[in-house]
Amino acid sequence: MTEAVSAQYGRDRRPFLRRLAIASEPYLYSAPALILIVTVMLVPLAIGISYAFRDMTLLDPFSGGFIGLDHFRAIAKDKTFWLALKNTVYWTGYSVALQFAFGLILALLLDKPFYGRGLAQALCFLPWAVPSFLSGLNWAWMFNPVVGPIPHWLYGIGLMSAPDNILSDPDLAMWGPIIANVWWGIPFFAITLLAALQSIPRDLYEAAAIDGATPFQRFRSITLPFLAPTIAITVMLRTIWIANFADLIVVMTNGGPADKTQIVASYIFTQAFRRLDFGYASAIAMVLLLLLMVYSLLIVFLRQTLLKER
Amino acid sequence: MIRPKRLGMTIAHRAAILVYVAFALFPLYWLVKVSVTPNDLLYSEGVKMWPSRATLDHFAFVLEHSDFPLFFRNSMIVSVSTAFIVTILSSIGGYALSRFTFRGKFWIVGLMLLTQMFPLVMLIAPIFKMLSPLGLTNSLSGLILVYVAFNVPFATFLMQSFFDGIPKDLEEAAMIDGATRFMAFRQIILPLTLPGMAATLGFVFTAAWSELLFALMLISGVDASTFPVGLLSFVSKFSVDFGQMMAAGVLALIPACIFFLLIQRYLVQGLTAGAVKG
Repeated sequence: MTEAVSAQYGRDRRPFLRRLAIASEPYLYSAPALILIVTVMLVPLAIGISYAFRDMTLLDPFSGGFIGLDHFRAIAKDKTFWLALKNTVYWTGYSVALQFAFGLILALLLDKPFYGRGLAQALCFLPWAVPSFLSGLNWAWMFNPVVGPIPHWLYGIGLMSAPDNILSDPDLAMWGPIIANVWWGIPFFAITLLAALQSIPRDLYEAAAIDGATPFQRFRSITLPFLAPTIAITVMLRTIWIANFADLIVVMTNGGPADKTQIVASYIFTQAFRRLDFGYASAIAMVLLLLLMVYSLLIVFLRQTLLKER
Repeated sequence: MIRPKRLGMTIAHRAAILVYVAFALFPLYWLVKVSVTPNDLLYSEGVKMWPSRATLDHFAFVLEHSDFPLFFRNSMIVSVSTAFIVTILSSIGGYALSRFTFRGKFWIVGLMLLTQMFPLVMLIAPIFKMLSPLGLTNSLSGLILVYVAFNVPFATFLMQSFFDGIPKDLEEAAMIDGATRFMAFRQIILPLTLPGMAATLGFVFTAAWSELLFALMLISGVDASTFPVGLLSFVSKFSVDFGQMMAAGVLALIPACIFFLLIQRYLVQGLTAGAVKG
């Protein structure tokens, strides 16, 4: 950082314009992305948030009035919302944990060269290329005992007493979308973790092996510390995405049976598009947003601590 | 000589890979199976691994008698443009986040994280109201604009993490040799990040390729519809024709799969480790 040092001691004799160019460099680099994000996402977000305090029902010419905190009072008393919040925790927790665990295993399996690795990697990553609603439809199809094999397999190995559709069983329905989500999301973790694995200098492993470290020791003291920042950021982003990810649920169960698979995101979708109540939908979205912000602040804090230790 | 323990590990490793491949491919196989099953056997042979008669009628119908080729073209234009624009913007932005400490950085990162935290459903009505006076609803450019903005934050974080993996010494050495920072960035750092850029390109392409919600709300005419919207039209028109729908789905998967097969080798290369050594 030669510029910084010379500027500090007042010995910078470069022309003013050149210094200005250097000082503005980071802003110039980030400006295009930032301008787009502000105009296409943050301004609409502000407008959307304002809906939370207004009576916004589409197709109703008399709506649009300011109603203060009425929507939030309604949320506090809305039993479906609280159930959906609980379901969101299950849905997100299981989906992220399983995707991460299987993604990490896959990344480790693919890290070392072997014959046919390119092909195996391409095939294992393929689910990511499948549009989410198409995979939802396809999994719903496979869970259906009339046209899909899964209930018969589960019955065959004795996990089910009869080949029924788990999507219509209130106790098991949530596992349908979760399994589809795990299938769809493993590649995300595998790709990012594999890229991180491959950037670990190979010399470190060689040196550790020469010093007599066991594979497990090498994993714990080389691989994990190098992966930790990537893990923290991908788990955080993924948690937020999955908490907001309604496609699979809307397509596969539509929140049923009896709201047992309704998560907050699908509930918002229902409020906005089935009942056209954009005001209430925005209010619920705000609550979800606040919860996720608290969660990510915790993770960002954790990541900073991890990076400092490195 | 191969020791038995080593051999056992190798077999376990290959078996685990096979399980993953089977798990990843089986649903796709089922999709293909349904798409070649004639309508009269769709339910009666629903559980069979392969129908007793296979047919390509569904594919022929989709290609010849539906607007699918048009949807396909629209999706291609939207996804490719989005992927390239996002990759360029996020490389530059990710570099700034990785290499500089500057005033306001904390807030920029915070704002970008914020964009990931709410259901995008919330933005539909406001975005529609903003785009429609500009003539950007019902147009592919409007869709590209929206998709680029939605994908830039994550892509920037992704690129940042790739830049973080490249030692600073490389461009500092170049700058001591008289290169400007931008020259060093373009000629030394960017080539090293090609695998990262390929990964970003792949992520964004698939995200744009499969986006349904905004395509559905911002586009009303057939001319500018993308294929997820087109797929839905198989559901809403008359009754659901699953065979045709799955055939259209299989066709739509082809470019995404080809794209993936092409970019995944960049991930394997692991150029970063090579740069440090060489």
